Amino acid sequence: MAKIEAEVGQQKGGLLKWIDDRFPFSETMKYHVTEYYASKNFNIWYVFGVLAMVVLVIQLLTGIFLTMNYKPSAEEAFASVEYIMRDVEWGWLIRYMHSTGASFFFVVVYLHMFRAMLYGSYKKPRELIWIIGMLIFFVLMAEAFAGYLLPWGQMSYWGAQVIISLFGAIPGIGESLVEIIRGDYSISDITLNRFFALHVIALPLALIGLVFVHIVALHEVGSNNPDGIEIKEHKGPDGVPLDGVAFHPYHTSKDLVAIIVFLMIFSFVLFFAPEMGGYFLEYANFEPANVKATPEHIAPVWYFTPFYAILRAVPDKLWGFILFGLSVILPVFLPWLDRARVKSIRYRGWIYKAALTLFVISFISLGWLGVQPSEGVYVLAARIFSVIYFAFFLLMPYYTTIDKTKPVPDRVV
Amino acid sequence: MSDDDADRIDRNRRHFLTVATAVTGAAGAGVALYPFLASLQPSARAQALGAPVEVPIGSMQPGEMVRVLWRGKLVYVLRRTQAMLDRLPETLDQLRDPNSEVAEQQPEYVVNDTRSVKPEYLVVEGSCTHLGCAPLQDFEVRPSENWQGGFFCPCHGSKFDLAGRVFKGVPAPTNLRVPPYRFVRDDLILIGQDTGAA
Repeated sequence: MAKIEAEVGQQKGGLLKWIDDRFPFSETMKYHVTEYYASKNFNIWYVFGVLAMVVLVIQLLTGIFLTMNYKPSAEEAFASVEYIMRDVEWGWLIRYMHSTGASFFFVVVYLHMFRAMLYGSYKKPRELIWIIGMLIFFVLMAEAFAGYLLPWGQMSYWGAQVIISLFGAIPGIGESLVEIIRGDYSISDITLNRFFALHVIALPLALIGLVFVHIVALHEVGSNNPDGIEIKEHKGPDGVPLDGVAFHPYHTSKDLVAIIVFLMIFSFVLFFAPEMGGYFLEYANFEPANVKATPEHIAPVWYFTPFYAILRAVPDKLWGFILFGLSVILPVFLPWLDRARVKSIRYRGWIYKAALTLFVISFISLGWLGVQPSEGVYVLAARIFSVIYFAFFLLMPYYTTIDKTKPVPDRVV
Repeated sequence: MSDDDADRIDRNRRHFLTVATAVTGAAGAGVALYPFLASLQPSARAQALGAPVEVPIGSMQPGEMVRVLWRGKLVYVLRRTQAMLDRLPETLDQLRDPNSEVAEQQPEYVVNDTRSVKPEYLVVEGSCTHLGCAPLQDFEVRPSENWQGGFFCPCHGSKFDLAGRVFKGVPAPTNLRVPPYRFVRDDLILIGQDTGAA
């Protein structure tokens, strides 16, 4: 009898203790959630990381259900998407959630990246978080591109034709590289099948893995804040940063509000404008792929258009490819291009503020120009904004050095 | 492990074994990688589907163009009118490669003034050499725009003349590619094969 009591005594703490003895559950929850301290002065710009995770979950869930009815073959793909839209119970909702989710993913990620530029979140000691984040962005672009081929519409086909042909510009290996990407002499059933494999397995796995290390790296150094102050430099006697509040329940309850507002906007687009006037789902893509005719106006989906406009602004195939690639990759180097001693825009001088404003205007204008025909004044405008885009990055080491910054306070006020 | 044991460790031997294992492992991984990379190349079926295609041209009117697929690629066959052929030399000075000097863009036997086996019939791949869109046929002559008729790519504005030669100042770097082809009979073209009489 006494022996049984002793055994019962050992089980004090119940299931949680049983798990904790075998897996660091409570420890992990404390480290990443209940005792992860982030600055108390977060503003609305700090909700887009969480929102990106919400969209990722939406895409994964809806994607799994779409895969159950989609057929990755050139013969059947277009019809199977129409089948999902018309015959599968609630299929239209799941499909529109997925296509709307793709655009919202980029909206949220672009705003998340802009937050980092506003408050210098990429600067030391958070360079690696930024680099991992850029890798997430690249994988996301590949994921979106592969996904756009799957409905096998006119824009799917010819968009892929243009983007894959880009790699043909690489001297020497270009043509054979293009053949290996397509797996055929032209974009075909084979290409569709392998893009499907990339879209549903390879790239999502990479995405989830990268998001995981993005957060691990973030929780190692701690979140930045709108003042760009390192809150870990002022800790209380209990080792808790004086200006920090626990992620849960404080930041999570704020995030919950953001998630609800986000889902309201998301639902509005989903139910009332899933095509978004041809920007989220392009009209030409409601026509099955026709190998024999390019649509009159060909443009990528809106989230690629700023880079596409740069590509078109260059009247040379190889240089177009190089500058296009450079425009995508350049932000990776922001932590080293930016020489300012302060992180946040609140303590920067007028030069950086002007540069960032010009950059935003250029980026949005290039995005708009990317869907306009490539002629006359549009080409000229695209060239001007391309120059500003590159100047923002390449002149940054200079103008951030001479820019007069204000002193940063020790504590968050 | 006692200190005596630590003294007896041959570090050189241990280092050699570590490096040897790593190198062998890397070589093995490299070899194992090959089948996966090779599987990405066009398969035997994709190659077989690249068989030559026959295009009957007997019923084609002057000025008429047909679009056919060879290896899944779009090929244009245009029966040029005499007027079209007569206008070809007029824009020579505006072309980037008027004499078809870029060797990969055509078989040797079409390196001539009309880029064709028979002057009347133009056979070119309908794939813009910039980024692969299908150029539109724009055969109308518009002297006001200095346009003698040719091909116009709707994607990025590249222009080609009626021999598929690229104009200067457009994004496409080279002339439209001419596939290998031959006349089986006067009214039948075989695209994708040129052995035998050209």
